[in-house]
Amino acid sequence: MTTVAPDSNRATQDGAQHGAERSSTSRLTGQSRALRSGPGRGKALRSATRGRPRLFTSYDQDSALLNTSAKRWWTLAAISIFLVLPFWLTRDLSHLLSVAMVMAIAGVGLNLLTGYAGQISLGHPFFMALGAYTGAVVAGVPGSIVIGWEFDLSIALVLAAVIPGLVGLVVAPLATRVRGLYLAVLTLGLLMLGEQLFKQWASVTGGSGVGRAGAVPVLFGNDLERTYAVGPLLIAPHVSLYLLCLTLLVVLAVAARNLARSRTGRAFAAVRDRDIAAEVMGVNLLRTKTLAFVLSSAYAGVAGCLFAILIGRVAPEQWNILMAINLLAIVVIGGVATISGTLIGAAFVVLLPRILEWLAPWLPFVSTGSGGLITVFQLESILFGALIVLFLILEPRGLFGLWHRVRTYFATWPFSY
Amino acid sequence: MATVASTLLAGLGDGAVYALIAVSFVIIFRATGVLNFAQPGLLILGTYVTSVLAVDRGVPFWVAAVIAVLVVAAISMGIERVAIRPMIGRPVFSTALVTVGIFIVLLILAFRLFAARARTIADPWQLEQWCLVQGETLCAVSLYQHHAGKIAVVAVVLGLLGVWLSRSRVGLAMRATSLDQEAALAQGINVGRMFSLSWALGGGLAALGGILLAANGSVVQANDALFALVALPALILGGIDSLRGAVVGGLVIGLVSALSSTYQPIHAPWLGPNFENVAPYLVMILVLLIRPYGLFGTKEVQRL
Repeated sequence: MTTVAPDSNRATQDGAQHGAERSSTSRLTGQSRALRSGPGRGKALRSATRGRPRLFTSYDQDSALLNTSAKRWWTLAAISIFLVLPFWLTRDLSHLLSVAMVMAIAGVGLNLLTGYAGQISLGHPFFMALGAYTGAVVAGVPGSIVIGWEFDLSIALVLAAVIPGLVGLVVAPLATRVRGLYLAVLTLGLLMLGEQLFKQWASVTGGSGVGRAGAVPVLFGNDLERTYAVGPLLIAPHVSLYLLCLTLLVVLAVAARNLARSRTGRAFAAVRDRDIAAEVMGVNLLRTKTLAFVLSSAYAGVAGCLFAILIGRVAPEQWNILMAINLLAIVVIGGVATISGTLIGAAFVVLLPRILEWLAPWLPFVSTGSGGLITVFQLESILFGALIVLFLILEPRGLFGLWHRVRTYFATWPFSY
Repeated sequence: MATVASTLLAGLGDGAVYALIAVSFVIIFRATGVLNFAQPGLLILGTYVTSVLAVDRGVPFWVAAVIAVLVVAAISMGIERVAIRPMIGRPVFSTALVTVGIFIVLLILAFRLFAARARTIADPWQLEQWCLVQGETLCAVSLYQHHAGKIAVVAVVLGLLGVWLSRSRVGLAMRATSLDQEAALAQGINVGRMFSLSWALGGGLAALGGILLAANGSVVQANDALFALVALPALILGGIDSLRGAVVGGLVIGLVSALSSTYQPIHAPWLGPNFENVAPYLVMILVLLIRPYGLFGTKEVQRL
């Protein structure tokens, strides 16, 4: 064996694996018969798969979470880069990245509801607020007005998912009755009523214009506001918060992606594309829409809880329609019904103001004071609005679509199709 | 009893403006199937142009208002041509989001134009009142002139619009387009021009709504654009594609808002200040619970 050439070596091994069946039929049908049956079912020859990452020879392979090796490697690389990033970024930047990750969690939740299940919601910030205040009550410090039970953050995070989820469950029957744009305005009404409620409920939210601090980050008894030394590494408070957000984002994003490729995810897509047809095919509309609502509310709740911790102080006015637009922009600019797109979109939307601030000195018409044509904030908002319009008109699949185009270009090079 | 009457009159006055704004949403929705979230931006631009002309330049109020309506109608037509026409055939959700993007741009533009100053629009009514029923010492039932003015203007405009839509050739073409675009095209109607026209109409009505909204004797700021969102519950309440529904919805929302601003602080103070801003949404949600397509909305016929 050791003396033969590499190619024949592989062939011999494969032949030995598949045994007699392969030898009898391979002459007629090439590999196909061997692929469908026998002990190595679904496994193509390595020589056949090399350089053809999208050759799937079994259904399991095709619907795998990360179905090509390139995706696996890039995911691994991205996660490891983001793991070491906070250790040499400034405190400020890693805080900003944490916010981006929290918005990504909320965006993934909204994408499950709006992108996958096709139910437009402008009420997402309401559920984020619910999560934030649940977390703040369960794990916050009591003040002169506000209540706080000072439990562990792990309990607070679980409850911050459960309580918005339950409220979502209560609201869902109403939301499943109305469709399309009616639903969009209905959820906007939910947002407005929620804001009024939060303004009045001072013992929980601190009241209008005042607000309250978020949950105290004590996770499993470890106070994340202290600096820990793990071997040679010093984990500062902002690093540990960053790592907490990263962990939750990875877990929740993988869960969402996993859900999207499951039976439930396909039911979501069927409801989005034509709900009557989905119903005819045996998808339970009420259950599917309710599930989408509950899940997305739970995601929003977790995100809201983390957001309150990161920002430090949240007022009831913060959860307004502009935040709803931001979240929708994350979904749309990133890419509707793609999880990876949502992550890019969240990074883009959260980092855009900072990038423009950096660029401002080089842009002649932008002023940092009040003298110039427009301020950085105005430029940022205008650009934000314009980008939503441009993406929807020119690239409806968002940043993910742009990436897809680039990838396809190189994958099919030198052909242009 | 006297308070009720005053409240109802004020409610009808505000409700007339909401009805006008809701009608502007309906006109655009029926022609192009777009819920135009950019209406608040157009509305505040209308107010701004009127204010600049009437206060800074000294143009008579009515001339300024007409010019403002025409300017905003032109802007609206431009928006349709540039941003909405390419979205034909795309999901309603995407197109609605495009208008959200335009809304942000217009709102920031308004902030830039207003430059953090509060403006007035020099309307002829200001804070004058008419006394309808004389009490013993004070006036028992009073009517602000601006409320009466609003009702009159809206009634005339909507009446003319109704006649024009039902009697004129172009109105017929517009109704045909909103019924079935392809069939209208086959009848020789220039559907693209109808789109432009309905957006111009919608924008112009929104601008007029903004002018009337600001005509209450007090100042107006860029942030007041968000008041146009009150027309959304009116729109949904009446049914998104019904002109009659928009008028009824607008009046109902105006009355609900006025009644709650009068009675809620007395009878239900625990609901908090400014409850009249969210009361319309509560009414809308209750109506949607019973009628998912609003009071007069067309139930969507679904095909597989």
